[in-house]
Amino acid sequence: MSNTPLTPGVVPGRLAASALAENFSDIAPPLDRHEAQVAADRCYFCYDAPCTVACPTSIDIPLFIRQIATGTAEAAGRTILSQNILGGMCARVCPTETLCEEVCVRETAEGKPVEIGRLQRFATDVVMAKGGHPFARAAATGKRIAVVGAGPAGLSCAHRLAMLGHDVVLFDGRPKAGGLNEFGIAAYKAVEGFAQAEVDWLLHIGGIEVETGKRLGRDLTLEALKAEFDAVFLGIGLAGVNALRAEGEGRAQVRDAVDFIADLRQTADLGALAVGRDVVVIGGGMTAVDAAVQSKLLGAETVTIVYRRGADRMGASGYERELAASKGVRILTNATPIRVHGGDTVESVEFAYTEDGPGGLTLSSETFRLKADQVFKAIGQKLDGAPEALKIEGGKIATDAAGRTSVAGVWAGGDCALGGDDLTVTAVAQGRDAALDIHAALVG
Amino acid sequence: MADLSSNFVGIKSPNPFWLASAPPTDKEYNVRRAYEAGWGGVVWKTLGEAGPPIVNVNGPRYGAIWGADRRLLGLNNIELITDRPLEVNLREIKQVKRDYPDRALVVSLMVPCEEAAWKAILPLVEETGTDGVELNFGCPHGMSERGMGSAVGQVPEYIEMVTRWVKQNSRMPCIVKLTPNITDIRKPAEAAKRGGADAVSLINTINSITSVNLDSFSPEPSIDGKGAHGGYCGPAVKPIALSMVSEIARGEATRGLPISGIGGVTTWRDAAEFMALGAGNVQVCTAAMTYGFKVVQEMISGLSEYLDDKGIALSDLVGRAVPNVTDWQYLNLNYVTKARIDPASCIKCGRCYAACEDTSHQAILMKEGRVFEVDDSECVACNLCIDVCPVEGCITMEPLAKGATDPRTGAVVGDYANWTTHPNNPMARAAE
Repeated sequence: MSNTPLTPGVVPGRLAASALAENFSDIAPPLDRHEAQVAADRCYFCYDAPCTVACPTSIDIPLFIRQIATGTAEAAGRTILSQNILGGMCARVCPTETLCEEVCVRETAEGKPVEIGRLQRFATDVVMAKGGHPFARAAATGKRIAVVGAGPAGLSCAHRLAMLGHDVVLFDGRPKAGGLNEFGIAAYKAVEGFAQAEVDWLLHIGGIEVETGKRLGRDLTLEALKAEFDAVFLGIGLAGVNALRAEGEGRAQVRDAVDFIADLRQTADLGALAVGRDVVVIGGGMTAVDAAVQSKLLGAETVTIVYRRGADRMGASGYERELAASKGVRILTNATPIRVHGGDTVESVEFAYTEDGPGGLTLSSETFRLKADQVFKAIGQKLDGAPEALKIEGGKIATDAAGRTSVAGVWAGGDCALGGDDLTVTAVAQGRDAALDIHAALVG
Repeated sequence: MADLSSNFVGIKSPNPFWLASAPPTDKEYNVRRAYEAGWGGVVWKTLGEAGPPIVNVNGPRYGAIWGADRRLLGLNNIELITDRPLEVNLREIKQVKRDYPDRALVVSLMVPCEEAAWKAILPLVEETGTDGVELNFGCPHGMSERGMGSAVGQVPEYIEMVTRWVKQNSRMPCIVKLTPNITDIRKPAEAAKRGGADAVSLINTINSITSVNLDSFSPEPSIDGKGAHGGYCGPAVKPIALSMVSEIARGEATRGLPISGIGGVTTWRDAAEFMALGAGNVQVCTAAMTYGFKVVQEMISGLSEYLDDKGIALSDLVGRAVPNVTDWQYLNLNYVTKARIDPASCIKCGRCYAACEDTSHQAILMKEGRVFEVDDSECVACNLCIDVCPVEGCITMEPLAKGATDPRTGAVVGDYANWTTHPNNPMARAAE
């Protein structure tokens, strides 16, 4: 392979295999026993702990850290997993800096929170390394529930239902379960096939039948599911992608960032994955950062994130923005794409400066161009393929606090449902809570 | 820099920090290094009588307990007195004293409870030119099973008898080292004084098992699956030592008897506290064993800075807190304080709340936004909130002024009054 970061166009193999392996290694390596001990010692065991309150799944964080500190990491893992069955993935992908660690009293005291996320990974790794499964199923209820979507919400819901003694069929349109954990998270956050390993481990609870390649609206209908099952949970995520609405958007090499990220996660050989020399990512959330950073790590020479509003409005946390900057990604704010230039293929993108005033975003007449041989759109996903019978609110499936939709016997949670904030951990909480409500409705 | 030079029962040293008789002072090599590091004095590890040397275990000698981040808080040992031949120790002592004439060098001794044994060893020690002897009546393990160490220290009559022998058979200053493994520390101290001791030193180590191995079910330190109690020392024992030192300092029969303070001295502050409670100097072991001899440098600079800040001499410090150590019955029951939580330094951990709500008087209110406030009508001023607060100075105890009403009791804060005159005391006497 003779390509380098300077090779024009969208080409594979810009970096040597060893550099790619290094670039895509675990971004936050696990704590060893000693490190975990030192980190755990710092927890004050707060009353009504702010970290637990901040956790969407309400993990009893002081308790699990105390369990680590006293040499019982397995008990710590059970404390975590009893609230959040995907505690292993959440330990890797949660924006802890805006959740539990942001409110840690040691952040208040010293600007250095207890490393809750890494401690959670330590404990859950111990449980998973032990093999087997820490939870047992209750006596069979004879009820069957369809869970549509095997992402975080669906997995969490299915597991809790199975624990409560129900039989679950878990459908997913993709060839593999895992949802965004498997297809949508930067590779360096969940290395060595962790997402699949976690799904396999979770399924050890038993009573969950997985049917992949079955998509709602294509292979399944809500009516049929309702007829066949005692309840239906929808965790179908946001399958649609917003358009740029910029002229020339249809040119080749203007892609959805989520597809690029999914390709990257599924490839067996990072060196075979093509990436541009000059990459432009449009958007301001985690997806934009994941696409940009990974482009850079694949060997792109320049990578620029362009966001239409100010940095304070970006969905990506400060930590994520710093990560991007540290990898050499440039972040431009207050600019929006108005035209994609080029022939068949993109050559550059023209942006207008913006002003975010009380009346909304206004475009300046002043524009600039960024050279680009590859453009990733990361301006948000939208609900796609939701059954017509369901009430939709604000572009999402309307639900009450327990996850009930407007249709009796149908629950929803995760990114597709109202009230989510596009976080794995929130999806897990909603899936779990819907399961509890389904249980109450069926046998309560 | 304040003058830290010390004169303890006629033994001069450039500072009041001595290394206690213990593993760090077992031989010339260590003692030279200690002096070079700045230690003012050394009590040479306990010598026994001539003859076949003492035998130690060949497995672990120490056990420990730890605080956060594995900070060593308590150490226990089952090591015996020196296991090197007497003549080797004496030769080294003589050489070291000759080379470091300005440093204190005291030799610890432990021989059987027979006058002949003491008569035999004292001239040999005196001949080295050492500054004094310390009688080891304290070690609670091993030697005590042979009628020495704490076996002597637990019988005041033996203490008095042996001390008298020592004073009759040598001209050296004699310090009697006391065991804390007794019920009333004043009794052995009084006995030492009656026997003619120039000073007492305390505390020696406390009977202890530091932990139990939950796989082998052996106490630690484990010798082939078995354990014997050891002697406990280090920061964890300091409060016990301070109390015992104060009892001797204020005891009617022992007042004025010089005290060498021992027990968990780790920083200059610990040393100053011992001295304020009546110790003329301090002896250190665990801090040196944990951090090395260099720790004395912080003790020297710290104590010096403290004395300078206070504008007092070292001798002014000694015993300064003794008049304030009293019996409970004389404590002022009209001293009323209330906890105050400083919202600016509070980090909102809620530990004060949990402690008060679950285990005390429900006197802390948790308000919107994790704001913690003291309810004066419930606060008994127990101090637990301060003790569990991770932020030093965040919670304070503020006294109510005389004439103020305590919202908890409805009583007006009055003048000093104690239990001896309290109406609830059936033994109360009218105030004189």
